[in-house]
Amino acid sequence: MIENSHAPAVEVDGLRKTYADKVAVEDVSFRVEPGEVFGILGPNGAGKTTTVESVCGLRVGDAGTVRVHGIDPWTDHEAITRIVGVQLQESRMQPKLTVREALELWTAFYDDPMPWADPAERLGLVDHLDQRFGTLSGGQQQRLSIALALIGRPRVAILDELSTGLDPRARREVWSLVRDLRDRGTTVLLVTHGMEEAEALCDRVAIIDRGRVRAVGTPSDLVGGAAAATVTSFEPSEAVDLVALRELEGVADVRADAGRVTVTGAEDAAVAVLTRLASRGVVPHRLRVVDGSLDSAYLDLTLDNQGAAPEEVTA
Amino acid sequence: MSTASPTAAVIRTESRLFSRELGSVFWIVLFPTILVVILGSVPSMNEPDPNLGGQRLVDVYSSVAVLLSIIMASLMAMPAVIAGYREAGILRRLRTTPVHPGSLLLAQAGLHALAVLASLALVLVVGRVAYDVRLPQDIWWYAVIVLLATAAAFSIGAVITALAPSARLVQTIGTIVFFPSMFAAGVYFPVQAMQGWLHTVVVSTPMGAATEALNDAVVGRTPDLVDLAVMAGWTVVLSLVAVRSFRWE
Repeated sequence: MIENSHAPAVEVDGLRKTYADKVAVEDVSFRVEPGEVFGILGPNGAGKTTTVESVCGLRVGDAGTVRVHGIDPWTDHEAITRIVGVQLQESRMQPKLTVREALELWTAFYDDPMPWADPAERLGLVDHLDQRFGTLSGGQQQRLSIALALIGRPRVAILDELSTGLDPRARREVWSLVRDLRDRGTTVLLVTHGMEEAEALCDRVAIIDRGRVRAVGTPSDLVGGAAAATVTSFEPSEAVDLVALRELEGVADVRADAGRVTVTGAEDAAVAVLTRLASRGVVPHRLRVVDGSLDSAYLDLTLDNQGAAPEEVTA
Repeated sequence: MSTASPTAAVIRTESRLFSRELGSVFWIVLFPTILVVILGSVPSMNEPDPNLGGQRLVDVYSSVAVLLSIIMASLMAMPAVIAGYREAGILRRLRTTPVHPGSLLLAQAGLHALAVLASLALVLVVGRVAYDVRLPQDIWWYAVIVLLATAAAFSIGAVITALAPSARLVQTIGTIVFFPSMFAAGVYFPVQAMQGWLHTVVVSTPMGAATEALNDAVVGRTPDLVDLAVMAGWTVVLSLVAVRSFRWE
């Protein structure tokens, strides 16, 4: 294994994977630096899971290359299992296995495991150690699955739909666990379709849609670069021509609702709108200018998002 | 540092899980002996039968009971466990760890084989003590034939597990194959007393050949080579099909 300190933790280049006649992943490339929390975001069926399954060696791509700390997961499966910890979607354990037995079993798999009591405590499993897997709630099963992924002190942790089935409190706990992982230098590859989760946890995000990477960047980059980076809303002192507003530079969408006009657009759109209003002598009452969310950036990138045709609104 | 080897940990875990499957333990380990006890308690079963070469029915059924245990383990118990593991994603999840999921299959096969061995011991001891059933006269041939019969039956279970797409279907097909296998083993009617084409068909199946050969070893005859070849042939063909078509997920 050849490795230098500048090598990325995960490098995916031109990954392509088809199942029978269906293309799951068309052309996916990205690099994850060591110690990064890297989000893979996208709608259902976008190819997120196929991508991470190719990274951990469960699937072999039809084209492209994958390297994890220099190791090829498609040919050196054994080596990859020692540095990657994986929490899969919809993966269960033996129904009559207790939580403690599962944790002990996984501990025996690795050369340098962490004491399983650590993740068990962090994930609220301590009160359920003697409970059998089949009697756990969905959220408890999910938390055990996360604990098992971390026992081997992986250099790269792959977490697929991390917080599915968790209540809000458990979700916060899992999030703080992911932040701790990063603080200890673990690289995290996080598959999610939750915007909030990506914004809260990820250093960088790749948005995948229909088997292709649509954008890669920090959450704020993606929000700032999107056509819906800012949302400007106000109550005009007199009627405004919404069609004219819509044609302003950088404006993506104009809506009017109960006398309030909402303009979404790039970062400069707010200034353009206000300048226009001023030149017409219209006063924008109760003006608000806020950042767009990753949510709107995401929709912007994954859909051909056309707003309804704007109409004139009267004050 | 953990000192336990991963494989040892898998075996220990699966042993615990096996001991929690009380249904399997009953049908594989206890039920065959219960059958011998029930038959042995019927007076007519204890009289020499000229159709059986002078053996008593209870003698013949001691061999049949061992095969019954093998059939229970290989067709009813084990395929359901493995298919369930596959369906739950357990084998898939293991593929992301340093442990090969094959170790789980081997552990399960070993545990079911051990249960068969325990059942065999119980059948022989109870038969000997309670009904004066002779212990196998040729112990080496007996051991070889039990081994071959177990391998053949397990390979039937393996093919079903490999080819059926769902755990539910694995169980359904297992049950469908279960009854003819019991018939071939002589559970309903002694194979030794079958005539003509029925006998020919039955002894060309793994369980039919096994019951004949096992009985030979019990009375001290050298088993028919054809019976051994039938068991070995089925094992080779079925194992190859199973290994080639098995999916981990």
